[in-house]
Amino acid sequence: MNKRDDLGKYEPLSYFQLMEVSLRELLVEKGVVTDHAVRSALENVRSRTPVRGARVVARAWCEPQYKARLLENGTRAVEDLGLDVPATKLVVVENTPQVHNVIVCTLCSCYPRMLLGIPPEWYKSRNYRSRVVREPRTVLAEFGTKIPKRVQIRVHDSTADMRYLVLPMRPKGTQGWSEERLASLVTRDCMIGVSLPKRS
Amino acid sequence: MAKRRNLPELLIARSHHDMGGRPAGKVKPLEHDVEDWERRVDAMMVLLTGVLGGKRLMTVDELRKNIEALGPEAYDRMSYYERWVTSITQTMIQRGVITTDELSRKMEQVKARLEEACRK
Amino acid sequence: MPQVSDKRGARAARPQYPNDLPSEPVRFAPGERVHVRQTAPLGHIRTPFYIRGCRGTIERLCGAFPNPEELAQQRSGLPAQPLYRVRFLQKDVWPGYRGNPADVIEIEIFQHWLEKA
Repeated sequence: MNKRDDLGKYEPLSYFQLMEVSLRELLVEKGVVTDHAVRSALENVRSRTPVRGARVVARAWCEPQYKARLLENGTRAVEDLGLDVPATKLVVVENTPQVHNVIVCTLCSCYPRMLLGIPPEWYKSRNYRSRVVREPRTVLAEFGTKIPKRVQIRVHDSTADMRYLVLPMRPKGTQGWSEERLASLVTRDCMIGVSLPKRS
Repeated sequence: MAKRRNLPELLIARSHHDMGGRPAGKVKPLEHDVEDWERRVDAMMVLLTGVLGGKRLMTVDELRKNIEALGPEAYDRMSYYERWVTSITQTMIQRGVITTDELSRKMEQVKARLEEACRK
Repeated sequence: MPQVSDKRGARAARPQYPNDLPSEPVRFAPGERVHVRQTAPLGHIRTPFYIRGCRGTIERLCGAFPNPEELAQQRSGLPAQPLYRVRFLQKDVWPGYRGNPADVIEIEIFQHWLEKA
C-alpha cells in the first residue's frame, strides 16, 4: 500500500512498485501461488541475517573437529547446527596468517543468502564487481582493511552453483570466550572477506 | 594505421554485465535499507524458484538472462530490485504464466484502486 | 554420480557435492592444468570474459550440474556438466598485476569451457 509521508499525503507507487503489486496479485488470482505461500516466503527472507553465519564461525573457532567438517562440506556442517540452507552448496574458505580470502560475484550478485541474508549494496555495485578481482588489496584498503603483500590473497568469483563463506581468523585475546560472545565479533563483512572480525 | 574499433562487435561479444576487471571507481561502502516492496520481490524469487519446496516456476538462470537483456543504460540506471521485478515479470510472460494483456489490465486496475483510496 | 575417466591413471576426482543427475563423464582431475576457451558466443554465459584464454589448475571437482546456458532458455540443462573450481595466478590473468606473485583467483568453470593445457 502507499505510505503516508509526514504531511499525511500518500506517495504514489513507482512504476516498478506497481509492477510488483500487479505481478503478485495476478499470480495469486490465477492460483499460481497462494497468499499463504507468499507470506511464508517473506517471513523466510526476513529471518535470514548474518547472525546465522556468525554462529557457524564461532562454532568453528571453538571446535577444531567442527571446523574440519565445515571446510569439507559447508552445507552439511551448517545444517548440523540446525540452520537450514536450502538450495545452497556452501564452500567455506579459511583465512590463515598466510592466506586471506575475499568473495565476489562479478556477473551478478551470487551470495549465500540462505545463511547471511540479502547482500549489501556495495557487493552488487559496479565498482566492487569490476575491481576486486583485479586489485583486491586496493579495494580492501578502501574498506580500511590492510592485507600485507606477503599474505596470499585468494579471490573467489561465484560464477556457478557454489556459494562461499569466509572463515576469518579468531581474534587474539579471546581464550575461554563463550560461542555467543565470539559470535558478536563476527560481522557480515568479515564473512565476505572485506574486513576482519571486531577486536576482542 | 589505427585499427578501426568495431563498436557493435564490442557491445555484443562482451555483455555489459560481465564487468570483472573493467576500470571502475572507488567502492563506496553503501548500505541500503531494503524497502518492503524490495523484500517482497526477493521473497517472490524464493517462492518462484521452488527453494522452499513449492513448484519451481522459473529458474535463477532466467532471472539472470532477462537482467542481462535489459541493455547497458537500463542496467546502470535501474536499481537492483527494479531489475529483478522487471526480469521476473518478463520471465512469467515468456513462460506463459501471465500474458502482456493480463499484466496491463492488472496494472491499470491497481493504479485506479490506489488513486481511489487516495481520494478518500 | 559423475564417472571418472581413469585412462591416464589420473587421481580420481571426487565431487564435493554429488547428485543423481545423468551427466557427462568427468575429464579433469585436481592438479591438472587447463585452458579456458577463448570464444565469444551468444546466450546466457557464466564463464567471465576476463578469464577466457587463461591457463589455470583444477582445484577441485564441485560436482556435475545442469548447464546454466540451457536452463536460462527454459531447457533442462541435462546431461549435467562437470563443474570445477579452477585456480589462476593473478599475474597470469592481469598484465602488470601488482600484488603478491602468489595471489590467485578461483572461479567455477563448467567442463565444456575447458581444454587440457
